Amino acid sequence: MLHRVFALVIKELLALLKDPKSRLVLIGPPIFQLVVFGYGATYDLNHVPFAVYNEDPSQPSRELVARFEGAPAFQEVARIHSDAEVAWLINRGQALMVLHIDRRFSRDLLHGASGRVQFILDGRNSNTALLVLGYANTIVADFDSWWASRHGWSNPPATLDIRARFNENLESRWFIIPGVAALLTEVVGLLVTALSVAREREAGTFDQLLITPMRPIDILLGKSIPGLLIGSLEATLTFAVAVLWFGVPLQGGLVPLYLGLFLFLLSVVGIGLMVSSLSVTQQQALLGAFLFLVPSVILSGFATPIANMPVLVQYLTYINPMRYFLVVVRGVFLEGASTYSLVSQYWPMMIIGAATLAMAGWLFRRRLY
Amino acid sequence: MNREQIMRLRGLLRKESLQIVRDPSSIAIAFVMPVVLLLIFGYGVSLDAKRVPLALVIEQPNDDTASFAAGFFQSPYFVPVRFATVQEADAAMETRLVDGIVWLRSDFSRQMLSEGNAPIGLIVNGVDANNARLIEGYLQQVWADWLAKFAATQGLSLKIPVQVDVRVWFNPAVMSKDFLVPGLIAVIMTLTGALLTAMVVAREWERGTMEALLVTPAGIYEIILSKLLPYFVLGMGGMLLSVAMAVWLFEVPLRGSLWLLLASSSAFLLCALGMGLLISTVSKNQFVAGEIAILVTYLPAFILSGFVFDIRSMPAAVRLITHIVAARYFVTILQSVFLAGNVWPVVLPNILGLVFLAAIFLGLAYRSARKSLE
Repeated sequence: MLHRVFALVIKELLALLKDPKSRLVLIGPPIFQLVVFGYGATYDLNHVPFAVYNEDPSQPSRELVARFEGAPAFQEVARIHSDAEVAWLINRGQALMVLHIDRRFSRDLLHGASGRVQFILDGRNSNTALLVLGYANTIVADFDSWWASRHGWSNPPATLDIRARFNENLESRWFIIPGVAALLTEVVGLLVTALSVAREREAGTFDQLLITPMRPIDILLGKSIPGLLIGSLEATLTFAVAVLWFGVPLQGGLVPLYLGLFLFLLSVVGIGLMVSSLSVTQQQALLGAFLFLVPSVILSGFATPIANMPVLVQYLTYINPMRYFLVVVRGVFLEGASTYSLVSQYWPMMIIGAATLAMAGWLFRRRLY
Repeated sequence: MNREQIMRLRGLLRKESLQIVRDPSSIAIAFVMPVVLLLIFGYGVSLDAKRVPLALVIEQPNDDTASFAAGFFQSPYFVPVRFATVQEADAAMETRLVDGIVWLRSDFSRQMLSEGNAPIGLIVNGVDANNARLIEGYLQQVWADWLAKFAATQGLSLKIPVQVDVRVWFNPAVMSKDFLVPGLIAVIMTLTGALLTAMVVAREWERGTMEALLVTPAGIYEIILSKLLPYFVLGMGGMLLSVAMAVWLFEVPLRGSLWLLLASSSAFLLCALGMGLLISTVSKNQFVAGEIAILVTYLPAFILSGFVFDIRSMPAAVRLITHIVAARYFVTILQSVFLAGNVWPVVLPNILGLVFLAAIFLGLAYRSARKSLE
C-alpha cells in the first residue's frame, strides 16, 4: 500500500514541477513577494510631510517648530502664511499635517496661560492620520514638560509611563512579516491542491485512477502529501527570509512553529482538495479556491484585528484556519510562545483539516458528475 | 473603419455576448462576487479598536485611584478587568486575555499629592504594533480627561503649556470604514476584472477555439476589442453596484462627482481587463492563468495599493514597484473622490497613470496574441 501512495506522490510532484511555467509560478513569486510585501506592508511612517504655518515668530514657537523639524518621523515640506495655502497643500496630499501656531502663542505662554496650536490633518487615510497625531502629541508632550520645568510651572499630578511588551519599539513590520509568510504558505498550499483533482477530472484521468487498486484513502494521501511537502518547503524558506533578511526575532522554538505549520497545511490542503473534488472543471476549482482565499485573508487578522469586527463576522472567522495559524506564527516569533500555550490554536486547525480531508475523500467516489 | 469591419465586429460582439449570457459563471463573477466580497469585507475590515480588554492593577485603592479607574469603565474603547497583582495581569496578557495593563503602584496617591508626576504604568502588548499605538492614543485620552476633571474638583487651575486643537479634514470622526471601503472597491474590481478575462480567454486557448477565431478574417485588434467590450459592460455594472453599496449600505460620503468616479472607473477597468487578457494570452492554459491571476492581482492590490498600508510609509524601491499596480492609482482616486471631492491635481495624474498602464497591458496582449499565431 505504501509504495502505491509513494508512486502517486511522485506522479503528482512530477505533474506539478515538470511544466516550467507552473514550476516558476510556484517557486519564484512567493519569495519575491515576501521581500516586496515585507518592505511594503508597514504601518510605520518615517517621513511625514508636514507644513509649518507659524503666525507667531518668536522664541518659544521656534523651539516648538524645531522639535518637529528635528524629529525623524517628520519632514518639513513648506512654510506657509495663509489659510488658503493650508487647503491647497492638504487637498493635494502634499502635506499630511499642517502645524498652525496661533499669533498669541508666545504671549499666552509667557503670561502663564496655555499657548494655542492647531494640527490640521489629512483624514483620507484615517489610520495614517491617527498615527501622525500620535507622533505629534508625543513631541508636544516633550515640549510641555521642558517648558514646565524651565519656567517653574507645577507638575501634573500624574504622568503616563508607557511601555510595550514583546515588541518594544512597536515595529509593525515584526507583526506583518510573519503574517505575510503565513499568507504565502496558504496561497501555495491552496494552489498546489485546488486544481489537482479538477484537472484530472477534466482530462478524464481521474476515472482511470479510481479503477486502479488504489483505495480513496490512498488517493487522498497521494494527493495531499505533495501539498504538505511543497507547502512546508516554501514556509521554511519564507521563515528563513523573515529571520535572516528582515531580522524578525524568532523567540520561540521550532517545535510549536512546525506543529502549527503542519496542522495549518493539513487544513489548507484539505480545503483545497475539497474544493477540487467538488468541481467538475478547472475553472470552477479556481473560482472556488479564490472565493476561499480572498475572504480568508481579510478575516484572519492579517491586516486588521479580528477584535474590531462585528460579533457575527467574528464567528465566521472560526472556520478560517489562517486565523489560528497567524496566532501561532506571531506567538512563536514575537512572544516565544510554548507548544502548551498554543493548544487552543492547534485543535481547531486539526478539526478543520480532518473534516475537509474526510469530505474530499468521500467526494472522490460520490461525485461522478 | 469600413462597413465590412463593422459587420465583423458586430458578429464577434454578438458571439461574446451570447457566450456570456449562456455561461452563468462570468455573470456571477461580475455581479455576485463584488456584492458578497464587499459585504464580508465592509463589515470585516476595521482599524477602529473598540472594547479592548484591559487589566487594571491598583495596589492601594482609594478615592484618587477610583476616580482614575472610572474613566476606563466609562470609555467605549475599554473593557477593564481588575487584577490584584502585576504578576497575575502579566500572565493574563501572555495568554492573550488582555491587550494591556494599567498599573497604579501603592505610593501613587502619596506621590500625586506631594511632588506630582506620579507614574501611571501602562504596558501594552506590542505584537500588533499598529493596534498598540491606537490603544496608547485612547489611553492618553482617558488620562487627559481625568487630569482635567481632577483639576476641576480640586479647584486647581491645571496648566498645560500647549493646548492642541486637532482638525481631521475629510473624516472628522476618524472612522476607518470611510477610508477602507473605497479602497476595497478597488481591490474587488481588480479581482473581478482580471478573473473575467483571464479565465474565460484562457479556456478558449485551451480548447483551441481561440485559434479558430484567429484564422477567421477578423483582425487581432477586432478580436481583442470584442473580448473587451462585453466584459467592460459587465465590469461597469459590478462597479456601479459596489458604489451604490458603499454609499447607501456603508454610508461613506461621496463628495466628488459621480461622473468623475465613472470616468476613472472605466480607465481602471480597462487596465484590469487588459491585465487579464495579457495573463491569458501569455499562459494559454487555465491552470497557469489562474495561478498568475491570484499571485499578481489580489495580493499586490491588497498590499501595495495604499488600501490599508500607506504607500508613503514604503521604502523608495517598493514605492517604485507600486507604480505598475493599477489598483494604486484607483485607490488614490477613490479615496479623494469619495472623501475630499473633485481634487483635480490628485485625480488627473492618476487617471493618466491608469490610461498609460492600460495601453501597455493591451499593447502587450496584442503583441503576444500575434506572435502565437506565427
